[in-house]
Amino acid sequence: MAGGPHPVGGPHPVIRIVSVAKVYGAGQAAVHALRGVSLDVLTMDYVAIMGASGSGKSTLMNIIGCLDVPSEGRFLIDGIDTSSLDEQQLAVVRNRKIGFVFQSFNLIPRMSALRNVELPLSYAGVKPAGRRRRAEAALRLVGLGDRLNSQPKQLSGGQQQRVAVARALVTNPALILADEPTGNLDSKASHDLMGVFDQLNAAGRTVVLITHEADVAAHAKRVIQVQDGHIVADRRVAEPGDLPPLLTRQGVPS
Amino acid sequence: MSPLQTFQFALAGLSANKLRSALTTLGILIGVGSVILLVAVGNGSSQSVQNAISSLGATSITVLHTQGSASGNSSSSASTAFAEPKDLTVQDAQALAAADGVASASPVVSTSQTLSNGGTSDTGVSVTGTYPSYFAAENDTISQGAYFTQQQVDKAQAVVVLGSQAATDLFGTTNPVGQSVLVAGIPFTVVGVLASKGSSGLGSADNTAIAPLTTVQAKLTGFGTLNNIVVLAKSAGQVSAVEGQVTSVLDQRHGETSADADFSVFSASTVLSTASSTSHTFTVLLGAVAAISLLVGGIGITNIMLVTVTERTREIGIRKAIGATPGVILAQFLTEATLLSMIGGLLGVLAGVVGSRFQVVGVKPVIVPFSIPLALGFSVVIGLFFGGFPANRAAGMRPADALRYE
Repeated sequence: MAGGPHPVGGPHPVIRIVSVAKVYGAGQAAVHALRGVSLDVLTMDYVAIMGASGSGKSTLMNIIGCLDVPSEGRFLIDGIDTSSLDEQQLAVVRNRKIGFVFQSFNLIPRMSALRNVELPLSYAGVKPAGRRRRAEAALRLVGLGDRLNSQPKQLSGGQQQRVAVARALVTNPALILADEPTGNLDSKASHDLMGVFDQLNAAGRTVVLITHEADVAAHAKRVIQVQDGHIVADRRVAEPGDLPPLLTRQGVPS
Repeated sequence: MSPLQTFQFALAGLSANKLRSALTTLGILIGVGSVILLVAVGNGSSQSVQNAISSLGATSITVLHTQGSASGNSSSSASTAFAEPKDLTVQDAQALAAADGVASASPVVSTSQTLSNGGTSDTGVSVTGTYPSYFAAENDTISQGAYFTQQQVDKAQAVVVLGSQAATDLFGTTNPVGQSVLVAGIPFTVVGVLASKGSSGLGSADNTAIAPLTTVQAKLTGFGTLNNIVVLAKSAGQVSAVEGQVTSVLDQRHGETSADADFSVFSASTVLSTASSTSHTFTVLLGAVAAISLLVGGIGITNIMLVTVTERTREIGIRKAIGATPGVILAQFLTEATLLSMIGGLLGVLAGVVGSRFQVVGVKPVIVPFSIPLALGFSVVIGLFFGGFPANRAAGMRPADALRYE
């Protein structure tokens, strides 16, 4: 059924990971980062992948983000099998299907917030007028409508990370993939940022968080524990169609 | 990605490190500028040599007396000794004038004398005794007065035509025509002044005085051998045929073979071809030296682009993560390298053109038109070639590794 049409209306897997293994190096020096992981992520789901460093969660994130390819097994995103894709096609998949948010923000220096958010649209070949309109809308959505022309270094960490979120969602991707998004933020900025993720998920976005912080994972509807290259726990908190757990309890965060 | 977008990204990349970009550009600027300037210098010196030689007259042939009695007054006992060189005589010149394809043959004696006018004197003036046909053969034109005539030659009148330099030295701004000038203490009447031929690089052609052959022989040099005979061919195409004629006529008259000839024949065109091949070699050599500096500038581009790519590894990773294909990254860095070399090239053209307006070591550079597109084109090729390796490295980076780079 992989790659085929999904049932209309009901939740379908955005991500399908089938027995994926990843080995770095060869022979005696080989490192088994992933040892046969299988996982489906449905649309509108809000998944936290937790694990200590060295657990394989970064490798899993690289594979989900199409930044790396599995040594064994299959990985499908929105029905597209990535194992047969070359670097050029993987770049297109990253552009169309995935919005990245990184721990260290990873904005391009010396480019305004607006330009940074426009960048994925540039690579997608969107015309300048459409780029600008969509980038402005995305920045307004994350509460930065008044900082369009600020350079990254003129913004606080929390603001930079919200620019990164705007950049991640501007292409309307199937999946927003966030790698330790609060890792470089103070608790206030972390709280605000997680509120943005909660709202995005409530608006129907599929979100996958990679984190080692329990209070970040508490925002997710499903929490997966990775250890030594295996999934060791998979706990569902809320259904993909529900509101995010902390959003329901606290109401709409400011 | 539109080309405009790629161009904008490249421009932003370059302006991120302005000093570095400017210094890299400087390498190409110097390379392109020196190619254009040095080739122009080579070309300019070759043109000035050619002008100097062609001012001698492209259709004139000079018969030079060799091994002869240098001082004119020695008696010519020509018929006695076998190896004794014969004099070059007025009769030789008349025989040459009658030969096929010859327009005129002017016998020439020359000597260096002091000229004076009252208190003003001019030493080391080249005084030439000859026939009026000499003026045409030497491309001399009169600016004031007139040439002397054949009648004046026949009557051995003391008249003289001054070169422009000699005229200004002796008479300043006053008109010398009709005035008297002393040549080695002997009074001559100035009948004309020649137009300036300019400095030829072979000594000033203007510090001269030209007088009738008979007068100069009678009063200054004596009736010895001629120094040379200037033969004027009827057309440029006949020059080499006339050279052969001249040689055979003189061989016959002097009763000798070319092996023991007492004269030598050369034409401006043979000198011209030798000189132009020499100066061509000179131009190529200068161009090659300049091309090496362009090459060094190109290596500078590779170097700086490699640094840039390494420095921006993380940025490359980000761009790839959000959907830049390897081709887009390649295009961006190639455009950056090519922009560097093109800006350097354009500024280099400017520098070369401006620089060639000045005299360089006494040579007026003359820009070779094709050197400009050649140098510019070469600088673009250098950008593509030397930028290709770093750009390829950037394009081939694995996004996961590039993102992890600190």
